[in-house]
Amino acid sequence: MTAVILSALASHWRRNPLQLLTPLVGLALATALWSGVQAINAEARASYDSAAETLGEGQFAQISARDGGPIPQQTYIALRRAGWLVSPVIEGRFGPVQLIGLEPLTAPGGLGPVSVDGGGDLAAFLSGSGQIFARADTLARLPDSGVPGVVAADVAPDTAITDIGLAQRLLERPDQIDRLIVLPDQPLARRPLAEVAPDLVLAAPQDGGDVAQLTGSFHLNLTAFGLLSFAVGLFIVHGAIGLAFEQRRAMVRTLRALGAPLHRLIVLMAVELALLALVAGTIGVALCYIIAAALLPDVAATLRGLYGAEVSGQMTLRPSWWLSGLAIALVGTAVAASGALWSLARMPLLSGAHPRAFSMSHRHRGKSLLALGLLLAAAVLAILGQGLLTGFVMLGTLLVGGALTLPPLLTLLLALAERRARAPVTQWFWADTRQQVPGLSLALMALMLAMAANVGVSTMVSSFRLTFVGFLDQRLASELYVRVEDPAQATAITAAAAGHSDAVLPLLSVDQQIAGRPAVILGLRDHATYRDNWQLLRASPNVWDRLAQGDGVLINEQMYRRSGLDLGSEVALRQDVSLPVLGIYGDYGNPAGQVIVTEDLFRRLFPGVTARQFGLRVDPDQVEVLRDRLREEAGVPESAMIDQAAVKAASLAIFERTFTVTTALNVLTLAVAGFAILMSLLTLAGMRVPQLAPVWALGLTRRRLAALDLLRTLLLASLTSALALPLGLALAWALLAVVNVEAFGWRLPMYLFPLDYLMVGLLALLAAAVAALWPAWRLSRTPPAQLLGVFRHER
Amino acid sequence: MLLSLRDVTKTYPGSATAVLGGVSFVLERGTMLALTGESGSGKSTLLHLIGGLDTADSGVVAVNGVDLTPLDDAGRAAFRRGRVGVIFQQFNLIPSLTVAANIAFQARLAGRHDKNRVIALTDRLGLRDHLHKYPEQLSGGQQQRVAIARTLAPQPDLVLADEPTGNLDEATADTVLSLLQDLVAETGAGLVLVTHSERLAARLPRRLHLQGGHLA
Repeated sequence: MTAVILSALASHWRRNPLQLLTPLVGLALATALWSGVQAINAEARASYDSAAETLGEGQFAQISARDGGPIPQQTYIALRRAGWLVSPVIEGRFGPVQLIGLEPLTAPGGLGPVSVDGGGDLAAFLSGSGQIFARADTLARLPDSGVPGVVAADVAPDTAITDIGLAQRLLERPDQIDRLIVLPDQPLARRPLAEVAPDLVLAAPQDGGDVAQLTGSFHLNLTAFGLLSFAVGLFIVHGAIGLAFEQRRAMVRTLRALGAPLHRLIVLMAVELALLALVAGTIGVALCYIIAAALLPDVAATLRGLYGAEVSGQMTLRPSWWLSGLAIALVGTAVAASGALWSLARMPLLSGAHPRAFSMSHRHRGKSLLALGLLLAAAVLAILGQGLLTGFVMLGTLLVGGALTLPPLLTLLLALAERRARAPVTQWFWADTRQQVPGLSLALMALMLAMAANVGVSTMVSSFRLTFVGFLDQRLASELYVRVEDPAQATAITAAAAGHSDAVLPLLSVDQQIAGRPAVILGLRDHATYRDNWQLLRASPNVWDRLAQGDGVLINEQMYRRSGLDLGSEVALRQDVSLPVLGIYGDYGNPAGQVIVTEDLFRRLFPGVTARQFGLRVDPDQVEVLRDRLREEAGVPESAMIDQAAVKAASLAIFERTFTVTTALNVLTLAVAGFAILMSLLTLAGMRVPQLAPVWALGLTRRRLAALDLLRTLLLASLTSALALPLGLALAWALLAVVNVEAFGWRLPMYLFPLDYLMVGLLALLAAAVAALWPAWRLSRTPPAQLLGVFRHER
Repeated sequence: MLLSLRDVTKTYPGSATAVLGGVSFVLERGTMLALTGESGSGKSTLLHLIGGLDTADSGVVAVNGVDLTPLDDAGRAAFRRGRVGVIFQQFNLIPSLTVAANIAFQARLAGRHDKNRVIALTDRLGLRDHLHKYPEQLSGGQQQRVAIARTLAPQPDLVLADEPTGNLDEATADTVLSLLQDLVAETGAGLVLVTHSERLAARLPRRLHLQGGHLA
């Protein structure tokens, strides 16, 4: 019996392949977009993890020279003898690659490609001329050194690892070490560091400042976009499955009348859907690979430029993607089909057309109430909610609630237009358009979500760009920045720049616990550079004068939000020194708290700390001259000087990359929505014939009917776009003011970009027009016999 | 006794009046009866109760000695694919299956598919040339003949026909009914024919008239 029922169910798809194609392609696209974004995120995160594992960054305490210079090999040996369990590391550029030298015998387990406890080819690593471990693409770019290369996929991109002895030789730095990794378990009876090596300083493991946190904002936004894309896809699948079920209602009723048990029918239809989901999921994951592979190079470039995070730019197809892609396809289908299956399970065997229409009108009212409820819940969550999860729940309720309001709003607007129409064809046009709303509503909701996602994410990204560029103008106000190796060089730089620059601004900093959290205290010289360029989010009167007098401090937004410090709150800089907050400044992309005091106060509070960086004000035309002077007179290497203009240009270029990613996702999401409209129109085309035949018989040509159908789709898409705009702006606000603040502690100001919205609206119209062209063309070619058939059947 | 109804009542939810108010009759194996009445008199409801498509509020509906009233949904589904066949006014063919597949469908569902019988039926009903067509490619009369073939293929004990010629013109209706009568007579099954046509009802040996939910 099961085979007989299955063959009947499958025969429907065979006879109506388009109806099968709709959920299949919709689900495949939804899975592809979601998985693609997840894959990009996962790939980037995997790169950070391998970078962290390779370099030991953030995981372990480290010892480095107080002046930032190299550590002599003898000092390392002295420390080991004094009981310190430390492992040496040397780093440097070897051609285009970052070469890292490790000592596997002393390195912590899991660090680098081979280790004592990790097994591996330790003997080969240490023997003879040694080996260099790197990714295949990195090995190919290594200068020829005669050292054999070993492919190691876990090594960070653009990085090669080898034994420290070999690295010292290749980098031409014999007996030098850059830093020492401090193993977690140290003997208690070791001599103090200050006693063994007073020139070295111990830095605690990093807390919250690693690359993964910095890039979190970017990934969170991508994830939100992926979720929205999947929601758009779900609407398509929901619509497609709903329509397919609707069109099979008669068959299901017949099957039941002939004796097929209801529960078996439901189970078989669920199995059928699961198979569909698995096929679509497989196609989706394959598509995801293509999407992710196409976008990853841009994402990699963005992350590298924004945060200095190295991402490989190459995709690896991981088994977990297959599993998660298939799982999300199955879950999505279950969510989309549960309503249809439930209504099928409750469908009376003898139900006729009338009860169905009755229940539909009731469902319509129910959905309107649900939409209002969801929007209300979103508003309550926005006002009262706290936490990142609440932020995402608020986003979800806002979007679903907004989408559900679309059909009743469209119906209302069309009814108003119908009431005003006088000419008979116009009157019919409005009435007929209103009649099409239920059939097209899911596709239109998908379009609305796609459009809202585009408006929302574009607003967020553009606001981020504007804010960040403004922020760069504030922070990079000096024309030239110079990193200092030691106090002697600082003096040399001051002397070399004197008379050849407008101002020399030392940048002093020290790590400190403030209000129970790790923070950085910055010491800035009182200068117009800061007064004129820095824009404060909140400030007390005469803030700069009072700061200069040492009457208070400035704090960054992260500290203001996370530590609950506001204007006037006391900040303990030392046990005996507390000062009030005079102002709060935006500090985007920085996860840590920051406090600014004037230079004089800083030097009084932390007399041992010298400036590690200088900002030099100079006529932009004189930057090159000053660089040459610093290089020649103060011995500043080229790599230690940062040209403000170059940094800004690079930042802008990075944002263009970011835009490439978001634009690509925008276009893809709109294309998915356009596809939804196409499928809905094609599915509805068959049902339209009985509705259009009487109008055709009354004298409207098929060509005119087709033109009116095209116009109808454009009109519905225009109305949907107009209604999507406020939803998109609400989404942008939620992302900027709620999710971002909850996730990262800083709030981005929201800017509006009307031209961008117009462009997105035109794109949406284009997608709708392209989708409507084929059905309209088919309608214009409908054979008169088919239209006449309507009357024949009705006889 | 093939079919026995005793004091069968039925009221639809939300309705104050009973559609059926205590209907009783019996039908012997191999006999045919016409059930007539005005629209809303309860003819189709009665047929649905006999066919296990709906349940009575009270009374007994027994086919082959088995009372359908206490059966649950699964039990009624098993009954429907067992010894009863229903022919609907709207034909209710499966649009995505060919004529051949539609005819064989119920017999396969019941596990009583006999290829020779299907061939014989298609020949008798003049469907030989249409076996690979889909229902939408057939006329109303041809579709109803497919529905009759589908119903008779599993050799049911009882055939229920709900206005089987309601969508057909007079000449086609006569042809279809003649075929149905002949085929049912050949199998020795019972037939209950619901119709509002006096002319068609007169062609059957026994007739019951429903009025306001009661047998007149």
